[in-house]
Amino acid sequence: MARQGKQEILEGATAVAHAVARCRPEVVAAYPITPQTHISEELSTIVADGELDAEFVKVESEFGAASVVLGASAAGVRAYTATSSQGLMLMAEVLWNMAGMRLPVVLACANRSVSAPLSIWCDHQDAESIRDCGVIQIYAEDAQEACDQHVIAFKVAEDRRVLLPVMVNLDGFLLTHVFEPVELPDQAITDKFLGKYEAAFKLDIDNPMSFGCFTEPDKCMEGRWMIHDAALRSLGVIEEVSANFLKAFGRNAGGHLEEYKSKDADTILIAKGSICGTIKDVIDQARDKGRKVGLVRIKTFRPFPRAALLAALRGAKQIAVIEKGGSFGAGGVVTPEVKEVLYDAGLHIPVSGFCVQIGGREVPADGIAEIIERVSKGEKQTAYEWFRLKKELLPDLVPND
Amino acid sequence: MEFNYNDRVLKPGYTSCMGCGEALAMRLVLQACGKNVIFTNATGCSEIFTSRYPTSSWNAPWLHSLFENSAAIASGVYYALKHKGLLGKVSVVATGGDGGTADIGLQCLSGAAERGDDFLYVCWDNEAYMNTGVQRSGLTPFNADTTTSPAGKVSFGNDRCKKDMPQIMAAHGIPYVGIGSCGYYRELGGLVKRAMAIRGPKYLQVHSVCPLGWKSDPAKTIDMAKLAFETCLYPLYEIINGVTKARRAPKDGWKPAEEYLKPQGRFRHLFRAAEGASQIIRIQAVAAANMRKFWPEVAVPQFALDAEAKVAEMDKVTA
Repeated sequence: MARQGKQEILEGATAVAHAVARCRPEVVAAYPITPQTHISEELSTIVADGELDAEFVKVESEFGAASVVLGASAAGVRAYTATSSQGLMLMAEVLWNMAGMRLPVVLACANRSVSAPLSIWCDHQDAESIRDCGVIQIYAEDAQEACDQHVIAFKVAEDRRVLLPVMVNLDGFLLTHVFEPVELPDQAITDKFLGKYEAAFKLDIDNPMSFGCFTEPDKCMEGRWMIHDAALRSLGVIEEVSANFLKAFGRNAGGHLEEYKSKDADTILIAKGSICGTIKDVIDQARDKGRKVGLVRIKTFRPFPRAALLAALRGAKQIAVIEKGGSFGAGGVVTPEVKEVLYDAGLHIPVSGFCVQIGGREVPADGIAEIIERVSKGEKQTAYEWFRLKKELLPDLVPND
Repeated sequence: MEFNYNDRVLKPGYTSCMGCGEALAMRLVLQACGKNVIFTNATGCSEIFTSRYPTSSWNAPWLHSLFENSAAIASGVYYALKHKGLLGKVSVVATGGDGGTADIGLQCLSGAAERGDDFLYVCWDNEAYMNTGVQRSGLTPFNADTTTSPAGKVSFGNDRCKKDMPQIMAAHGIPYVGIGSCGYYRELGGLVKRAMAIRGPKYLQVHSVCPLGWKSDPAKTIDMAKLAFETCLYPLYEIINGVTKARRAPKDGWKPAEEYLKPQGRFRHLFRAAEGASQIIRIQAVAAANMRKFWPEVAVPQFALDAEAKVAEMDKVTA
């Protein structure tokens, strides 16, 4: 049942901060980094004004931020942090540890390029580089979704079948610094939806437990498998929580994928994040010209929604993956995973990978249109193309071959 | 006779080495902390010898995360307890080795101290990375032979003096800094009790003999620790609310540094090489500076004055 709430014009990061506050985290720790800063600034203001009863911990680094929320979560409270880029890199060691210790911390990553060259602008290499650590990763397309996904993130993370950290990704600047109409999650509904936080296990003098024991080779593997198993299990939980979120809030924010005009499409584009807004516009234009084009937007990247993707892609004749990242010396990050899903199903659909938006470079609508044009014409599959790379900027020492 | 270990914070069965000064100090420090405490632990010897899954020696809630974040996870626990209104009932004690404290963990510790987070941090100072095989740390003493500061044909081992962690922590303006020793194990409880009675960040550093890394006789752990103090190479003192109070000086006066150095394999090279004698004089001069700084009312013995004079001569700038 759709509810008619109050929409406000809010900056993305500010909106996210208020959505987080309505989830009532008890300990928040964050360190300044562009473009995440507006989230933590606003949260500290909310706490300073007494609107949220939480401890805002002014840490000395993102490593400290992640460690503080790890300790707080182990002590049995709901904990939150936010970061970007280099900050996520600095947190990486803690995030692996947090996932292994099965602590349901929620964090936001305002996606930003990783240095060098230094760039504060958006791509997805920060988050993708920690894809294997056991932290669930979901991606927002707009500010509304980023807000709603935080509510979903807490619910999924804290589910006893999951107990893993969840990271909400929102494109730096493109979502954090843009003003959009947003309906914040209603406080009463959010309270009911999340419930009062009760840790599954915690540091407790009345029931002392040891957290973080070391294992020998005869036991370590099982501990690691349990992370994998919980991550896979979270696929079902994400769907369940998303369905309940829709019922409670009247908005569709979660799930694994968004299928946009892709059901009957010959050419399917795959992407995640805010670029999907542009892609949808281009698809609408292509559809007007009679092109059977659609988009499958990945919302859940870890765990990778293999079954849902296969079902969504089965009917395609050709696929283009639009990536904002990649793995140097290999190729794409999402592209090979899509291919693996198809290969395992015995499907030989050509999949071309395009790296379009590194370090915040704009990819205008005509770029997307060009990709659609080339792929739907049946152009030979490209393993991974650095789309519109400006060769004229490359120094002479780069071999030209 | 039956033993009941239920009142022990650290239960027996842990797998520390024979003669481990750290294990002895830990048992007594933790006991003085009591059971209404949540402990955090940096990766290192103490974590490894107490927590082999599925066993644990910890009879109190215990959290180990990483090498360098014992202080930061303790901060997290502290803020969680504060939020739940449990601070009067439950305390937080963070622990770590010298590498986890003074090197890789210094940033988290400094952050916690600067924020004024209310917990006791205890550093087990065995003066090198013992758990990984005796590599040099920032708290390894001058001229010690370790696996990464080896004594060699052109080296006397570690070429720097210990990082002055107690003074670094004191410079944060925290209300309590204490230095204890496994050799004076009966005094550890008192240090802990004085620290725990104060609100705010507290730092306690405990000199912990490591027979494995020091190449010392495991039966002489207590003697070695006492000699470290009696030679004034490891001054024991407290700084409470900015006031420094040193432990009482040895009744029979300070002993020559050699008495501490000679029984340890890590300093053996100083007694073998011809030029070793001048290095021992340098170490003696370090001890002399400690005597002057913390025990100004006690006369510096002649052997220490002589060493200072010789070092001044050796280091004289010639035009």
